[in-house]
Amino acid sequence: MTIGQAFLEALESLSGNKLRSGLTVLGIVIGVAAVIAMLAVGKGAQESITSSINSIGTNLLVVFPGGKGQDRFRPLTMRDADALGDQLAAPSIEAVAPTLEIGGEVTFGGQQTSSPLIGVTPAYFQVRNVNLAEGEFITEEHLLGRASVVLLGPEVAETLFGHTDGITGETVRIDGQPFRVIGVLESKGGGEFGSEDNQMIVPLTTAKARLFGPKSGQSGDRVDAIYVQAAGADLVSQAIEEIAQILRTRHRITDETDDFTIFTQQDLLTEAETITNVLTIFLGGIAGISLLVGGIGIMNIMLVSVTERTHEIGLRKAIGARKRDILTQFLTESSLLSLIGGMIGILFGWLISLIVGQIAAANNAPFTPVVGLDAIMLATIFSAAIGLFFGIYPANRAASLEPVEALRYE
Amino acid sequence: MMNAIEAHDIRKVYQMGEVEVEALRGVSFTIKHGEVIAIMGPSGSGKSTLMNMLGCLDRPSSGEYILDSEPVASLTDDQLADIRNRKVGFVFQSFNLLSRQTAITNVELPLRYSGDSNGGRRERAIEALKAVGLEDRMTHRPTELSGGQQQRVAIARAIVNNPAIIMADEPTGNLDSKVGKEIMSLLLTLNKERGTTLIIVTHDPIVAEQTQRAIRLRDGLLESVS
Repeated sequence: MTIGQAFLEALESLSGNKLRSGLTVLGIVIGVAAVIAMLAVGKGAQESITSSINSIGTNLLVVFPGGKGQDRFRPLTMRDADALGDQLAAPSIEAVAPTLEIGGEVTFGGQQTSSPLIGVTPAYFQVRNVNLAEGEFITEEHLLGRASVVLLGPEVAETLFGHTDGITGETVRIDGQPFRVIGVLESKGGGEFGSEDNQMIVPLTTAKARLFGPKSGQSGDRVDAIYVQAAGADLVSQAIEEIAQILRTRHRITDETDDFTIFTQQDLLTEAETITNVLTIFLGGIAGISLLVGGIGIMNIMLVSVTERTHEIGLRKAIGARKRDILTQFLTESSLLSLIGGMIGILFGWLISLIVGQIAAANNAPFTPVVGLDAIMLATIFSAAIGLFFGIYPANRAASLEPVEALRYE
Repeated sequence: MMNAIEAHDIRKVYQMGEVEVEALRGVSFTIKHGEVIAIMGPSGSGKSTLMNMLGCLDRPSSGEYILDSEPVASLTDDQLADIRNRKVGFVFQSFNLLSRQTAITNVELPLRYSGDSNGGRRERAIEALKAVGLEDRMTHRPTELSGGQQQRVAIARAIVNNPAIIMADEPTGNLDSKVGKEIMSLLLTLNKERGTTLIIVTHDPIVAEQTQRAIRLRDGLLESVS
């Protein structure tokens, strides 16, 4: 018997019991759809995280206080930042932007919200690649004059004013103190490391003098992080060397236990990829379980079918069907079931990811599930394999029936 | 002329739990090509067991069985399937047609398993249906056919591969006497026209009268061979 014939015969036999075949297929449809959708969500998450990390800029390095030797914690200071800015000692460094970060209560009129507040120097906008929707950046004069000026993220502006344009010049109160709004940040969409749309930016000196000092109880030069822009993507590793060199000298570190940590965009990417891969495997695994359940459904139905058709199998054997013929017949049926289920499942999974993408878009989340060709291939092969695997036992049972016994069976 | 069937001291022992049941206790006979033979005997006489042996559905526990000059007692399952396909045509009491398939598809079924190419399959099936007088019912399903017509389809299926023998197990058992007679005369006609050896297992003395010889079994032994 040829494959085409076996295929036609299986199709005929399956369509003879449409409801049962349909329900069996449904198990696979759900399983495959779940796998496709989950993998798409995982991949979408990965791509959106990757792109948001990439948008940070490939030249970006971040220096945080604290290293592996926890006992020798020492904060980073403004003077550390100044030292990194030394063109002679660190030729691979283009710009240095120290920051202080803390939360703040901001009010305007009756509206109130709390959001992250960062104190920055003018270099920050260049290093972090920040764009404005309106207004102007914080300048050296603001910094020197400890000016009470603030840049609002679009979300903050939306919450306080109900709109994001024409706000420049208004005065808001941060922790009770008046600040003049000098601009609104361009919307970047919610990043995975906290939404950048939901922050406020003030001059570093202002933050230290008016907001952080009294609140944090820490004085002096302390900064929370130093953002460093390398002079080029190929100079990143050199920049790391220079930063480490300068900070070790300044902190008088002789052994290898640094009291600071340097993150590169590459580190972030690797980290994020590890996390999202785990996420994807986790989601896919859960979805895989439902595919497994679908496979067991096929096995169950095929066993019922073999029992029901014992007499037919006996007849086929009596008129010359070999073991292999019967095996082929039942394996074709089970594979066909799961293959059909797989195809519908791919369609459904794709639809689900589309809907998830729509929902994400409606919620302004920069997240598009991606149905990859690899996921489709995987689902197709996997579902066919499931049909084969779970079909083997029933088919073998059918093929091993003794013709005499099978013919006698009513 | 060669013998269609040579059976030498065929024995069949079934293991029923702890007990061994000897269904056939040494049966020997020969059947010539073109003969019409009835196998008779009360139930439990080993009649069905003998038919299973002769039809290559089962293997004897011991003894020798030569079908159309091929010794088959020690063949593998697949080889037996091949013998059944090429040399034996079965006609059952309950017709045993595939109910979802049309008459012609049912008749084609043995050809599907014989490994022939597609070419000529349909023609041979049509020819077989013509031989049983059902050329105008080819696309009907078994449920749309009368009992006699269904048995004709089954006979067409049995002869489509030009077998050496036709094994008919109570072929008229499910039919009224008038239709039964028609079926018997069809089988006898096919025997005459094609020279196919016809072995009929039956209770019915009227059927047995129409055969040339009868093999009577009792308690797993030959009672008489006429």
